[in-house]
Amino acid sequence: MESNGQTNGHRDRHEVREHDILIVGAGGAGLRAAIAAAERGLSVGVVTKSLIGKAHTVMAEGGVAASMGNVDADDGWQTHFMDTMKSGKFLNNWQMVEIFAKEAPERVYELEQWGALFNRTEEGKISQRPFGGHTYRRLCHVGDRTGLEMIRTLQEKTLATDTTVYMETTVTRLFKNDEGQVVGALAYTRESGRFIHFKAKAVVMATGGWGRNYKVTSNSWEGTGDGAVLAYDVGAELVDMEMVQFHPTGMVWPPGVRGLLVTEGVRGEGGILRNSEGERYMENYDSEKMELSTRDVVARANYTEVTEGRGSPHGGVYLDITHLGYNGIMKKLPVMYEQFKNLADIDISKEPMEVFPTIHYVMGGIKVDPETCVTNVPGLFAAGECAGGLHGANRLGGNSLSDLLVFGRRAGEGAAEYAKSNGYSTEIDDSQLETEKQRVLEPLERQDGENPYELQQQVQEAMMEHANLMRNEESLKEGLEKILAIKERVPNVKAHGSTLFNPGWHAAQDVRYLTQISEIILRTALERKERRGAQWHLDYDGPSDELGKINFIVKKDEQGEIGIERREIPPMAEHLSRLFDEGDDKHGGEQQGKESQF
Amino acid sequence: MSEQDAQQKDMASKAHADVHQDESDAAQGTTRLKIFRGDAEGGSEVEYEIPNIEGMVVLDAVLYIQAHQAGDLAVRWNCKAAHCGSCSAEINGKPKLLCKTRVEEYEGQEIRVHPMRAFPVIKDLVSDVKWNYEVARSTIPFQSDEQAPFIMYEEDVERLYEPKKCIECFMCQDVCHVLRTHHKHPEFAGPRFFVRNQWLEMHPKDTQSRLEYLKEGQGGIGYCNITKCCTEVCPVNIKITDNSIIPLKERVADEYYDPAKWLMRKIRGRRSPKTGAVVGRNGNRNGG
Repeated sequence: MESNGQTNGHRDRHEVREHDILIVGAGGAGLRAAIAAAERGLSVGVVTKSLIGKAHTVMAEGGVAASMGNVDADDGWQTHFMDTMKSGKFLNNWQMVEIFAKEAPERVYELEQWGALFNRTEEGKISQRPFGGHTYRRLCHVGDRTGLEMIRTLQEKTLATDTTVYMETTVTRLFKNDEGQVVGALAYTRESGRFIHFKAKAVVMATGGWGRNYKVTSNSWEGTGDGAVLAYDVGAELVDMEMVQFHPTGMVWPPGVRGLLVTEGVRGEGGILRNSEGERYMENYDSEKMELSTRDVVARANYTEVTEGRGSPHGGVYLDITHLGYNGIMKKLPVMYEQFKNLADIDISKEPMEVFPTIHYVMGGIKVDPETCVTNVPGLFAAGECAGGLHGANRLGGNSLSDLLVFGRRAGEGAAEYAKSNGYSTEIDDSQLETEKQRVLEPLERQDGENPYELQQQVQEAMMEHANLMRNEESLKEGLEKILAIKERVPNVKAHGSTLFNPGWHAAQDVRYLTQISEIILRTALERKERRGAQWHLDYDGPSDELGKINFIVKKDEQGEIGIERREIPPMAEHLSRLFDEGDDKHGGEQQGKESQF
Repeated sequence: MSEQDAQQKDMASKAHADVHQDESDAAQGTTRLKIFRGDAEGGSEVEYEIPNIEGMVVLDAVLYIQAHQAGDLAVRWNCKAAHCGSCSAEINGKPKLLCKTRVEEYEGQEIRVHPMRAFPVIKDLVSDVKWNYEVARSTIPFQSDEQAPFIMYEEDVERLYEPKKCIECFMCQDVCHVLRTHHKHPEFAGPRFFVRNQWLEMHPKDTQSRLEYLKEGQGGIGYCNITKCCTEVCPVNIKITDNSIIPLKERVADEYYDPAKWLMRKIRGRRSPKTGAVVGRNGNRNGG
């Protein structure tokens, strides 16, 4: 396409690419948005930091939650709605949850229409497995590689449209025109460092989460929170940023794989948790749901067992699936079998796994309109993990994959409708471009400076220590001090080498996102003075009625600092609130008393 | 290139500087790795030495070098769990997922890490695999006349699970001599895409035919002489030759070399064996 070669030296040259819709991120949400927009005849560009098909969606193992009732006929959107609200401790945006629960089955069948293959029931329908916190067997799955099936299907569908995919390309800033509408972005290709100015009538953020803020994580290098920070920088509101999910079961040994995910599918298929004394301890934490309690509860249980001295030699608890036998495991959990065999020399058909909580997912993110996924900034949309609101204080397993499908599609459609009805200019002032290019190149040009990998590591260690799954005010404040000290060093980060595929230079960009997001997590965690879902504040005995009606909204204030607003959650519509029995526990099982110790 | 050379020397000297540090406080010894450093114009191996960590995989070693000794060492990786197929490279000349290969497998041997060689090198361990996505775009996608939800039984779809496991590491493409030695990229799709064509062809609800694409179009399946090199390197154990390539070759043979079918085709034009519908000359709506 048009290579807008400007003549002031190789370094400053950039290409210009124009699309109706620019989608940032090629995981499930980004690709589903691309398909929706392309089907409406618009020109779509998808930018991804990796190759297509490698996004974190590929790591999703257990399944996609949708209440089609193929196995348990009593299931329906109402139960899925209630399960999701309870698990999110009612901080969820209930309008999003209603749309989500209603549309999920149709979105899954759509994948089947595009060639996705799920395990079948005896009647030849899509099979569904049980999962933590879901009342009925609800997760459509194919073994333990559901995410792979989903991303491959969406990838192949996307490549069958006219969508242009810019692989290994990183967006560094969003641009607004004089009227305050988002009209494009600056990006560079990782291969060569060449800059691209994307002009677009609408931009969809689908950049995933920020698990790389923590040392022990199931996330890849990509999960640095770029999307949320880029949106925040242009004035977008963020919601529930204090809510970070620890998955109860990550690998603990060997050291190189610490944090690697062990699918909830293992517990879905009957896996049993035991401590070093052989006790099936979930009895003490949630005697009704046991191992299939919600993730926040199981993660805290595992953490407590180990910290109280009932852990395994490598500091985990035992997860036992041997009852399935080799054949059963190879049918239901083959990926897990290979993972433990290859990486840990463990045969899970003969001996239990050692597991411990690992950072897995972020519930918080960019605040969006439930119908169209537009943010408070015109021209900017968001979907998937980088968007917030659907999951509240704790996400149910399997709800993430259906989230990507339901809101990926809505974001693509929302952006398409917006782009069609707005004829404004996508031109921006050249100085915006030049300033940003200069900023991005600075780490290479500086004589001396900080090692970006070292700064990343320090952020990860600080967050692991101070914004863990058990929090208290003193520690959060200490963490904030550490992060603020690192933040001051970020502008002085130094990368060696050239712009040619240079991970050190890329890491130098990521450090800014990591520190910014960490500061936001710590500041909002300090505000939510209660125990609720992923926010387990040890200085308080339990949930607070008052805070249960509030979301913390983060927005950059006029001084460029983090502004935090307490925003009332609107009362639930009557047709939804009456689904919950009168007197039903609106805290999702978290009352003061015994359980609140965990 | 002179800048590149200087940079590599710089890296090498840094590596040694760190070695001394590590040696002074190393309790459990060290491992040496030779890693290709260079770009499209050339390069050479640089030796690094890193402290041993229990159970370490080669990717851990590479990332350690990146964080402590050579910040600009290029490598692709994502999931670190052998699910995404990003970190394919060659160790001692054999394609491997770096995240799945334990360092201790090479005890007493050299460890020499290079990028995949069937594709152009971009930098260090990263090769240019874009061509594979062009082949992906040329593949005739799934299409069904029926409206989901489909009724399909386990026994109908069981054999599709295996090809669907593919993580697109492209190591089968890397090792295939039709590509690696004979450079037939423009007219040969390669094992990864035979795997994809296989499940598409065998899916009970799909209505397209890909036999013409495979025989006469960009597929080029005739070039494959079933040496099974692809099967040997597949990290998810797909029996590519036996379960994907040979069944497709049989279908192509049935369609093209059965005299009765040949005659019918002459008389009536090409028809999709699945639906009887007449298909386009290339059998490919994306036009390759």
